[in-house]
Amino acid sequence: MVRNALSQTILEVKGITKRFGGVEALRGVSFKVNKGEVVGLLGDNGAGKSTLVRCISGIHPPDEGDILIADKPVRFNSPMDARNAGVETVFQDLAIVPEFDVVQNLYLNREIRSSNPLLRWIGWLDTKAMTKRSQKSLNRLNSRIPSLSEKIINLSGGQRQAVAIARAVSWGAEVVIMDEPTAALGVEQSAQVNELIKLISSQGVAVVLISHNMQHVMDTCDRAVVLYQGRCSADVAIADVDKNDLVSLITGASGLQLAESA
Amino acid sequence: MSTTSSVLGRHDWSARLLKRQYFIYYMFILVLAGFALFLNDTGFLSPSNFMNIIRQTAPITIMAVGLSFALAVGHIDLSIGSVVALSAIVGAILLQYVGMPLAVAGALLTGVLVGLINGLLIERLRVSSLLITLGTMGVITGITRQVSNLESIPVIDPMFRALFGNGEFLGIPGLLWWTIIFALIGYLVMNKLVFGRHLLAVGGSPDAARAMGIRIENVRIKALVVCSLCAAIAGLLYAGRLAGARYTLGEADLLTVIAAVAIGGASLFGGRVSIIGAVIGSWLMGMINNGLILSGFSTDEQMITRGLILITAVAIGAREARNG
Repeated sequence: MVRNALSQTILEVKGITKRFGGVEALRGVSFKVNKGEVVGLLGDNGAGKSTLVRCISGIHPPDEGDILIADKPVRFNSPMDARNAGVETVFQDLAIVPEFDVVQNLYLNREIRSSNPLLRWIGWLDTKAMTKRSQKSLNRLNSRIPSLSEKIINLSGGQRQAVAIARAVSWGAEVVIMDEPTAALGVEQSAQVNELIKLISSQGVAVVLISHNMQHVMDTCDRAVVLYQGRCSADVAIADVDKNDLVSLITGASGLQLAESA
Repeated sequence: MSTTSSVLGRHDWSARLLKRQYFIYYMFILVLAGFALFLNDTGFLSPSNFMNIIRQTAPITIMAVGLSFALAVGHIDLSIGSVVALSAIVGAILLQYVGMPLAVAGALLTGVLVGLINGLLIERLRVSSLLITLGTMGVITGITRQVSNLESIPVIDPMFRALFGNGEFLGIPGLLWWTIIFALIGYLVMNKLVFGRHLLAVGGSPDAARAMGIRIENVRIKALVVCSLCAAIAGLLYAGRLAGARYTLGEADLLTVIAAVAIGGASLFGGRVSIIGAVIGSWLMGMINNGLILSGFSTDEQMITRGLILITAVAIGAREARNG
């Protein structure tokens, strides 16, 4: 596959453990994500997916274990740390302001200020520059968003997802983590989001995709990492498995042998 | 395709014209026309009367701009009326001992301090701004009454009275200057600066703002400081125009200001404000007051009218929120 030509590890998680009180939510999870790879993060409810994502995105620092970005160990104490290191997370609520338009959301808290020193000092917004650059980053995603000055509340679910993904990518993210991006979408819009995922991965961005929809995982992912009771129970190439294999891995029916074969 | 057409449908011009943000203009014209018709022999329509309305409304206008900042982040500030009296009293008392600059600084500092206390209490205790500012309103009113001994404190300083009261600059009354300056600053901050963008983000979606790294507690506290500071300036304007300060100043202003901002198109739940709407809303309230006085109505009836306007504005806002 063409993607393997890029096989350079961008994100590595090593032996991550996270405890909440007496409960061990994660017990030494390890996996790697290569540049431009789409990795499905699968697991039943309570398997530890959300906790793992929260560790990688800087919301909960892990108790033990390391996170490496491009082979360099990093420590995230806040989501901003993770973002600055190139890890963007698109959460289910998308973290977009419904009353704001597309450009305002793309540049929220990263506003471009006027080039005039005085105006810059008082925080004068350079709306023109932001609009121009937004147009560029949306073009790069073949976006179907009707207008940049459209408020988010007037956009469809798929378009909102596209705005959130565009924001992540436009900030130069090297790893984008997506939490159930298609959960609330219809068939056509899900397909659009899946296309978008393939597109950004073809541009070299690694994607970690959490999904319960096995068809989407089969359609978009290169590899699947399966969590079972806080451990990484399988790490398989999608080409080697079918939907039923994935389901039995998730439910723990056939975890270990496939993990070994992979 | 279905999404595109629904987007277009919502932007159909007739739907646009009925939007709440334009309501203030229709209301303004309607009230103006109404009074003009019934009061055409009383001088209501004379330019000097309109200038009078704008001058008398200046403190309300500035408070409305300030309250817009609090509403932008999703807070309400009920203590603004009490800050007006406190700031006026503090300024007037200080004027007896120190020069004008220090007295003004003292009064403004009072406003900043109240805003800071309001903000810190709301964020630390995680209690609604409605309840905290209701409490501080009581505390401040009590302090003001005690400090002033329920007496009026005269302001003699001619500079102070010229600056905050009946002075003129370039042939334009000082109170109009104050209105213009605050409306302009408020508009620019809210629409053109990073700070305003963050205020609206915090009010519109606190979770999104936090997720994008905005320190929402700080933004909210700043908004309340701005709001309180505007009320303190309103207090100075009253003290300047009336040549004295009294604990009753600003007493009835809270309702007027909230009504002005609400009718001007702000959402009382945060994330949407209109500075221009707030300014015109305050003028509308001033015009209604003026018209009612000229028609021979009493203060009681003016108060009833203000209450009804607030209810109308809130009802329209709620209907729009439901219909999306």
